[in-house]
Amino acid sequence: MNQNQDYTTIVKKASSRIEEIIIGEEMLINMGPQHPSTHGVLNKVLKTDGEIVDEVFPQIGYLHRGLEKIAEKLNYHQFMPYTDRIDYLGAMNCNLAYAMTVEKLANIEVPKRAEYIRVLMAELNRIASHLLFFGTMGMETGAFTPLLYGFREREQILDLFEMTCGQRLTYNYIRIGGCSDDLPNGFIEKAREFCNVMEKKIKEYHQLLSYNQIFINRMAKIGVLPPDLAIAFGVTGPNLRASGVNWDLRKNEPYSVYPEMDFAIPVGTGKVGTIGDSWDRYFVRMQEIEQSVRIIRQVLDKIPAGEIRAKVGRVFKPPAGEVYVRAENPRGELGFYIVSDGSQNPYRLKIRAPSFSNLSVVPEISRGTMIADFVILLGSFDIVLPEIDR
Amino acid sequence: MNIQEIADKLKARFGESVNFQDNPLAPFVRVKVDTIVQVAQFLKETPDLYFDSLMSLTCVDYPANFTIVYHLFSMRHLYKVILKVEVPKDNAMVSTVENIWRAANWFEREIYDLFGVKFEGHPNLIRILLPDDWEGHPLRKDYQYPATYHGVPL
Repeated sequence: MNQNQDYTTIVKKASSRIEEIIIGEEMLINMGPQHPSTHGVLNKVLKTDGEIVDEVFPQIGYLHRGLEKIAEKLNYHQFMPYTDRIDYLGAMNCNLAYAMTVEKLANIEVPKRAEYIRVLMAELNRIASHLLFFGTMGMETGAFTPLLYGFREREQILDLFEMTCGQRLTYNYIRIGGCSDDLPNGFIEKAREFCNVMEKKIKEYHQLLSYNQIFINRMAKIGVLPPDLAIAFGVTGPNLRASGVNWDLRKNEPYSVYPEMDFAIPVGTGKVGTIGDSWDRYFVRMQEIEQSVRIIRQVLDKIPAGEIRAKVGRVFKPPAGEVYVRAENPRGELGFYIVSDGSQNPYRLKIRAPSFSNLSVVPEISRGTMIADFVILLGSFDIVLPEIDR
Repeated sequence: MNIQEIADKLKARFGESVNFQDNPLAPFVRVKVDTIVQVAQFLKETPDLYFDSLMSLTCVDYPANFTIVYHLFSMRHLYKVILKVEVPKDNAMVSTVENIWRAANWFEREIYDLFGVKFEGHPNLIRILLPDDWEGHPLRKDYQYPATYHGVPL
């Protein structure tokens, strides 16, 4: 008994001595500007205590091009290619959001066929974006194969886009009042084929990565984002839904022909960890791919014949006024706020980018995580830097 | 509740400090610069309004003033409201709403960076997109493009 007590006091003494030695000063680490977990150029200054992250200071702006200032110098048609470069992984969605804003401003009626084509393209682009996320998320957890798998399927989508508009990354396809070209011959068949492939492959993804125990151990309970914090910071899109908030503009504030589509909104359930953890953010996106395939199938079945573009003059002057329109992008709500003074150029154009707000919550929830987990946490938010910096 | 009814509620509470403008595309509530925090707090904390989401916060450079535009949304009730605050050009300063909507933290830094409007009480009002040593605020209409940056011709 006495011996035992002595032993405990010795251990206590020793551990307090060790603490004295170990607890040194905190260290600042620069992560980035180039780092595998950034899909772009982002510098994070980490204040660390050993392996633990105390504080994160994201330094953004490396890709700032002044899009909002450029917009003031261009007319409404000319700004369309620039919207491709807001979120280059969801360029169709950005095109669509901008076109919808200008159409609302000028009260332009879009032909039905064009609306269907737009939704088709937007959903294809959503899948392409999530496939890239699937690949990079795998990379960040140390698996290389998912990237190859993701790119293999993404390639098919890019082929479809190339068929349609000749571009594989920055499409500039959707126009104010419709689309630039009609669907080419053979597109519908090829898109159906893609849906069949995608539905099969997604099961393979789940086997390979989603339910892989190593992957779950890396992802579960990392970077838990509570729903109230997410809303307070303006986090949107899959990141918000992963926190258990059933919120999707395609359902809650429907635009285009989404009301005619039958699809579900996946939300985070904390299946392998806590609601709102990194795995939930990953899994919501995987489920969204399935739902997007459902939408694409319905569009392909229902797409009507007809015009693909409303008549919008080259000299296009919307009436004076202002409008704010938001749309559900792969990364969340992309909003455009346009103030028109009745001239050919916007007086002011503000881009409310989803990744901007999504990144702003990262310092808040990364306190106390390990550095290695911080990489996972940041990767699971699927930020795109050109969109943050604009 | 539409924006008219929300504006009436604000009017009953704040009187002359708020002013409803019924423009057809985007009706908005004009708020006097010194009452914006109280109005924001009221909108956020009244249970039957509960504007918990700040969709967008931006600024427009009009010839007469800077106008700060708040797009608010209530995820619980699905209400929308637009607030506008006019800030004089010679003293571009407005109180922060960062402690009401955390999202405002970066939005306000962006406005400070690009327009030079200061937010009183903001915990970390530094440039966000441009380098710290950048001169001027590019989204101002009277912005002069620099000829060089650190000796490099642009």
